[in-house]
Amino acid sequence: MNRVLTYREALTEGIKEEMEKDERVFLIGEDVGLYGGAYKVSKGLYDIFGENRIVDAPLSESLIVGSGIGAALIGLRPISEIMYIDFATLASDQIINQAAKFHFMTGGKVTVPMVIRTQQGTGRSAAAQHSQSLETWYVHIPGLKVVMPSTPFDAKGLIKSAIRDNNPVLFIEHKSLYTLKGEVPEENYLIEIGKADIKKYGTDITIISYSKMVHYCLLAANKVQEEENISAEVIDIRTLNPIDEQTIKKSLEKTKQVLIVTESNKTAGMSAELFTKSYELVPDLKNVLRIAGKDTIIACTPELEKYSVPSIEEIEKAIIKVVNGKI
Amino acid sequence: MKHLNTPESMLFYMMLIRDFEMKISEEFAYGKLAGTMFHLSVGQEATSVGSISALEEGDYIQSHHRGHGHMIAMGADINKMMAEMFGKIDGYCKGKGGSMHIADISLGNLGANGIVGAGIPIATGAGFGLKYLNSDRVVMCFLGEGASLEGEFHESLNFSGLHKLPVIYVIENNMYSLSTPLKKASAVSDLSSRAACYNMPGSQVDGMDVEAVASIAKKAVVHARKGNGPYLIESLTYRYYGHSRSDSAPYRTKEEEKSWKTRDPISTYKEKLIERGIITHYDLEEYSGRIERILSDAVDFAEKSDFPDKQEIFKDIYAE
Repeated sequence: MNRVLTYREALTEGIKEEMEKDERVFLIGEDVGLYGGAYKVSKGLYDIFGENRIVDAPLSESLIVGSGIGAALIGLRPISEIMYIDFATLASDQIINQAAKFHFMTGGKVTVPMVIRTQQGTGRSAAAQHSQSLETWYVHIPGLKVVMPSTPFDAKGLIKSAIRDNNPVLFIEHKSLYTLKGEVPEENYLIEIGKADIKKYGTDITIISYSKMVHYCLLAANKVQEEENISAEVIDIRTLNPIDEQTIKKSLEKTKQVLIVTESNKTAGMSAELFTKSYELVPDLKNVLRIAGKDTIIACTPELEKYSVPSIEEIEKAIIKVVNGKI
Repeated sequence: MKHLNTPESMLFYMMLIRDFEMKISEEFAYGKLAGTMFHLSVGQEATSVGSISALEEGDYIQSHHRGHGHMIAMGADINKMMAEMFGKIDGYCKGKGGSMHIADISLGNLGANGIVGAGIPIATGAGFGLKYLNSDRVVMCFLGEGASLEGEFHESLNFSGLHKLPVIYVIENNMYSLSTPLKKASAVSDLSSRAACYNMPGSQVDGMDVEAVASIAKKAVVHARKGNGPYLIESLTYRYYGHSRSDSAPYRTKEEEKSWKTRDPISTYKEKLIERGIITHYDLEEYSGRIERILSDAVDFAEKSDFPDKQEIFKDIYAE
């Protein structure tokens, strides 16, 4: 059996390997140094690389991203960490108007090779300003790549690819996944940005998801397999932009029915994009359904927080509904 | 900068900047320019030329929306600038950037910017990068007095002061952010005094006097290059025209405009250099003739260049 690491350890290892390989790579963010980051992803890196390459930043989100852009312009490969995606609102100009647009605005002359690492989502009763799922905003911006790994294996392979990419990559981790364990081989590997992963093969229905919800989908899919003999295929798109249309299309052509599951809320959300894309890719789909976060504000108290996002039971019921054609 | 190391060359470049901007205004009137979003720096030439004269080849600048002067003072290709103004494929940015987004990193220009203040953290990051690389290069970050009231100014100067980054911040205080005078927008009138909050020296300078600007810029560049950290310069200047084409500047008095124009950085410098016996009236005619040829060649170049193909909208979104 392969070595087992947590999602957090896999990320740390991926960053460490890239920093060892390439001296141009550095990390800047709030409390990333000796403290190791709010979610401890940079734990131990300060001891290895020192304060010049693991840079504690003041509470200046716009500066954290903007300085990364400036360093990237002169040839470095920064990783700018924004502690919570909710705080990225304070850096949104630098992400949306600057990093994403430089290459195009300069007719391809300038590149911005940088990673903006952050985390999002529910699961820690962190309330309205520390629990949102805001990926859709950034998927809407041409010029940005958006990556959201669900497993330790994917997290390591994708963070390494993100660091090597010559574009600004928004790398969104999930706060509830940091302690998740999974197999991560010792040998060096990369995962291509833009390639989905089929986490479970099946023939009756395709489930499309990403990040934490992939695990809920897998649990639900296994349960309906056992109890209802439904064979569900679970696609983890892993990267939201670019998106692997080929893998989605191939699966949909086989199953002709799809359930889309996202934690981000429903209205004008990523689930809407995936819903439409499914029809565009395979116009003769039989049944399509989406489950998304409810259109609300995330509350602090655990029961309300949990009720705001899809549950495993909800996904199970939805699978059965789609397969029975009762949508 | 080698091309700005004499009084004559500083005068020449100030004249080139002004005539370039007058030329684009003329071409705009003929309907030749792409769009209407361009911002003239006429009146502010001494700040661009004086500041940049203190830099060396290999140093960087960060420009802003009123940035033609910075780019020209860095030694830009006037043909490519004109073609960009015309929205043509041979422009600096293939016509995709336009007046507000001209950048040429090989020339040292990290880019103009359409978002006021947004270049300040970027310049600061370039300064961080230079320090990271143990380089002796410096970054000069231009910003308007309006941008000094954005949060990014304060975030950036704090970080720069903290890490002693080789960045010279040059506030071009032309007194108005669009229509709003500084006295109605800022709690302090001496913007250079903000330097004290961020552990760096700050100086005010007469932005209509190119030699005064060059002299303080040189001091700041030496300071930054020696590893002593950032420097804040506030250059007091005036834009002769409105914020952009649509602004006829009704919020200013004729008397105020006139009083600044009597201190015009170009005509006063011409007189000064003639008085000192450095140039003659004949030289001035020769400069004007040369500039006229440069600009008419640039207009020819821009006119002959094609508009980009429609497929260009799908190109340059992502790098390989």
